[in-house]
Amino acid sequence: MPQPVIEWQAGTVTAIRPETRQTKSFTLALPKWMAHRAGMHYDVRLTAPDGYRTERSYSVASAPESVGTIELTVERIADGEVSPYLHDVVVTGDQIEVRGPIGGYFVWDVALGGPLLLVGGGSGVVPLMAMLRHRAAQHASVPARILYSSRTPEDVIYRSEFDALAAGDRGFEAFFTFTRQAPPGWTGYRRRIDGAMLQEVIKPFEKQARVYVCGPTLLVESVATALAQMGLPIERIRTERFGPTGV
Amino acid sequence: MAGLISRGFLGRRRPAEVENRLPPGQYLVTDWPVLSAGPTPHTPLDKWSFSMDGLVRKPATWSWAEFTKLPTQTYTVDISCVTKWTKLDMKWLGVSVDTLLEAVQVDPAGKYVMAYSDGGYTTNVPLDEMTKGQAFVAYQFDDKPLEPVHGGPARLVVPHLYFWKSAKWIRGLRFMEENEPGFWEQLGYNIHGDPWKEERYSGD
Repeated sequence: MPQPVIEWQAGTVTAIRPETRQTKSFTLALPKWMAHRAGMHYDVRLTAPDGYRTERSYSVASAPESVGTIELTVERIADGEVSPYLHDVVVTGDQIEVRGPIGGYFVWDVALGGPLLLVGGGSGVVPLMAMLRHRAAQHASVPARILYSSRTPEDVIYRSEFDALAAGDRGFEAFFTFTRQAPPGWTGYRRRIDGAMLQEVIKPFEKQARVYVCGPTLLVESVATALAQMGLPIERIRTERFGPTGV
Repeated sequence: MAGLISRGFLGRRRPAEVENRLPPGQYLVTDWPVLSAGPTPHTPLDKWSFSMDGLVRKPATWSWAEFTKLPTQTYTVDISCVTKWTKLDMKWLGVSVDTLLEAVQVDPAGKYVMAYSDGGYTTNVPLDEMTKGQAFVAYQFDDKPLEPVHGGPARLVVPHLYFWKSAKWIRGLRFMEENEPGFWEQLGYNIHGDPWKEERYSGD
């Protein structure tokens, strides 16, 4: 059965927004845009003048309701090859080759239902934000919570958007934890995500929760294991790893 | 599409002897990234078994104690993951699929294999790409027991295909008449997965 080829296309950078010291969001207008499912990624391909090429995958941060464009939020890895180029060289109007959308398991849409528990660490929050943006764009009443681990307050991506989403929506709540340094006067979590923290956040959802976990390997591993030990069916625990590994 | 040069991109060059070992679009890593779709299973060794079933005259099953008494070989191979990383000279100890095949008589119609794992993961590989030293079931890496996050106690390794074909937490091989798609193959990934042909996704 012949399958359609996912073709490379030249996206045009229409906006670049700094998110934190280490992350920027790039909006690309795509000539052959097609709707993704929240959680999917695109491949990015860079070509040097002599034909040398390299590729990376980046999660889509935008909702499929943003027709015609995708937004990729990229963490700058100091010794990386592609992310420093995107951060330091690319400007609005540049063209970047991409293909996608790709991935069919770490995805959520309103039709899948909930309640939805999102657990993220660092830039692993990106595909989770796509899910929340999709949920908001659909005005869905599916209960949703996010538990987001960052080193310091300055490392929190989309902070103001989380606040805005939570302010206008009683079905959504955001929980933050800080592993190195919390904001002054912080009364919330200030440790790595653990079983006790997950128990508290998941409580109203109990074992009905549909969980998406994305972040560094250690976080994903400990969260997924804790959830499985709490008795959540493993098919409701979907994981994706985000290692700053040479990217 | 051809011809788009990324303005101002020069790229990170590696010595030719390394560059020549990287399939198209891949980059070199020295660590070992972990990827999986769900929680890591932790099956106790006394509950572990390995089976060869499906289109075979008589299925074979080994306990952990039996499996680890089978003849082993060491393999030093380059591994490429569809997520773009390539790791060179990975050193495994494992049992060749050729050795495992000596225990069963595969029906001539059984030309395809579904590898299946704890946690429900599956992946499909043509049988003729698993024989003649092309695939093995590994239970040691770098002279140490294979860690659960990397697929321990045992994982399939098919070095010439993208690493999702090297099923972690493997529990058996099922012989089939048709090339049925496994887990990722049903979710948009290539039915075959040759990194040198860049067979990443359906349609590649």
